[in-house]
Amino acid sequence: MKKLVVLLLILAVYVAHQDFWNWNNPDPLVFGFLPIGLAYHAAYSILASVMMAILVAVAWPKHLEEQDPPAK
Amino acid sequence: MIPVIVILAYLALIALIGGVAFKKGRENTEDFFLANRSIGPFVFFLSIFATNMTAFAILGSSGQAYRQGIGIYGLIASSSSFVIPLTIFFIGTRLWALGKKFGHQTQVSFFRDRWECNHIGTAIFALSAAMLVPYMIISIMGGGTVLADISTSPETHQPLIPYAWGCAVVAVVVTLNVFLGGMRGTVWVNILQTIMFLCFGAIAVAWISHALPHDFSYYISNLASDPKTRFLVTRERMPAETFWSYTLIPLSSIMFPHMAIMCFSARRVTAFKQTVIAYPLAILAIWLPCVFLGVLGFATLGKIPDPDGVLLRMLQTYAPAWLAGLLGAGIISAVMGSDAHQVLALSTMFTKDVFAHYGGQEKFGEKRSVHFARGFIVVVTIIAYLVALALKDKQGIFEIAIRYAFSGFAAMAPVMVAALFWKRSTQWGALAATIFVAATLIGTGFLQGKPATPPAGAPTKPGTNAPTRAIITNTAPKVASTNVITTNAVAGKPAGPAAAAGKPKEDIIWKIGEGDSAIKILSRAPNGDVRFLGGYMTVFPMVVGSALCMIIFSLLTKPPSKETIDKYFSVSS
Repeated sequence: MKKLVVLLLILAVYVAHQDFWNWNNPDPLVFGFLPIGLAYHAAYSILASVMMAILVAVAWPKHLEEQDPPAK
Repeated sequence: MIPVIVILAYLALIALIGGVAFKKGRENTEDFFLANRSIGPFVFFLSIFATNMTAFAILGSSGQAYRQGIGIYGLIASSSSFVIPLTIFFIGTRLWALGKKFGHQTQVSFFRDRWECNHIGTAIFALSAAMLVPYMIISIMGGGTVLADISTSPETHQPLIPYAWGCAVVAVVVTLNVFLGGMRGTVWVNILQTIMFLCFGAIAVAWISHALPHDFSYYISNLASDPKTRFLVTRERMPAETFWSYTLIPLSSIMFPHMAIMCFSARRVTAFKQTVIAYPLAILAIWLPCVFLGVLGFATLGKIPDPDGVLLRMLQTYAPAWLAGLLGAGIISAVMGSDAHQVLALSTMFTKDVFAHYGGQEKFGEKRSVHFARGFIVVVTIIAYLVALALKDKQGIFEIAIRYAFSGFAAMAPVMVAALFWKRSTQWGALAATIFVAATLIGTGFLQGKPATPPAGAPTKPGTNAPTRAIITNTAPKVASTNVITTNAVAGKPAGPAAAAGKPKEDIIWKIGEGDSAIKILSRAPNGDVRFLGGYMTVFPMVVGSALCMIIFSLLTKPPSKETIDKYFSVSS
């Protein structure tokens, strides 16, 4: 179940990259100067970071930590 | 003069860092190539980011934004901010664990052991090295060009540091840093580089916004209201097929040997946690200001002869000399940061995958292996320097080679995924995928190198399809504006100036059917770019083909022994 949710999350973020609705339109200008197509993808980078934070929280390969050297 | 002084001071600092790292180092390959697998989380993030972010992130991004507009951010930056952290999360962490457990220092040594193979690993090594070398050469070319550009006097138009000297300075400083410091020296430099990188964009935007006579909204609104420049603030000239297929290109990141080797160098796997979360934000911090300034450069400077120099021009026009100097140092550091990793990666690969694998290390010992690695670094840098001088005017060749390298490494990603996650994968599947990738690269190169079909009545001129000026800034795959225009024409959208009379036309290389209903399997745009199904980048069929080769040939052949499968999947799964 957890794997499926993770997969759906990744898929949803991937689909969000294809913002066809912003394709031909510069408006609105976010903060008065950022065309929407640029502002959207800037926000997308933040979304990607949030997605990674969620993956780290719920899908982190904890078993790999066995290879960590002992703490000093 | 001030920018040159800033840059030279920076270069001296890098050489010094190499010297300090040398004193801290030990004479064994694990220490020289991987800093003894001791890189902490903060340095690991800065370093892996610097390894991947070349000078293209500053100069190339603004230059492409000047040509094509804001769509470049979505095309390259936001797709990278999605794909690259995912590959580091799923692939990088596993590579780290296997390297830690079994002592692997390169991808090839992992493949050899995982699939119980020998020469097939050598084939993967050969392909990887062949795709990496042009990247390294263009780094030196980029450094020489940037130093010459920045030091050119506005009065005499003569560079204070000529191209040949600039290349030599970059080559010597990189060699000193890597030769002395190995991985440790390289990552220490990366700390400086990434911090400069991350700060630069915000400072430049803030400074320029104060210096401009109007506010940003004035210029952007003007661009949006003029039908001739509206494409710069939308993606109306960017084909959706290109936008989609470009998403596959960042798969190449983890397959570049210097990125994979960086993954082996972390002290703990937890270092990857911060890295994957911070990575997209770091991309945002660098790319957003650069793309925005590139578009703004069109609005404020108008047409300039060299779009890749738009950011330098903006700073020369609107910022003080020291800031231009800092930018120059940032660009040079980007060139050298990635070049140092490439040189070190090549040296690691040759030492481990060839010299050690074929008995050299056993015969000569650990200490001599490090000497071999250092000797290799000197030799490879001298060769790269000589090539950079000899082919100064043929940078387009390397630009094309690098574009192929990105597609090629992306197409090798299924091999890595299979090695890590698919027990049934075999060496023969890996070999089939490698041969497929090599063959498609050679085929695409051949098609791209063919002269374009001239317009009716025009005299034939061989080689006119080659790009006239490469992005010499250590580039990501270039998406030339001509390409966008011509692929629009393919898609039946407004064709733009390239479709005007007298221009070369699109070549249909392979089609199924005739007339309007024909399906164009392979075509070539007038600028030489080969396209699949009328608009997709060739990376799309390459990744799919490589994955199919891996699957089919693995299923047809005998899997590795149960012991080997148990050995690897007890760690990684």
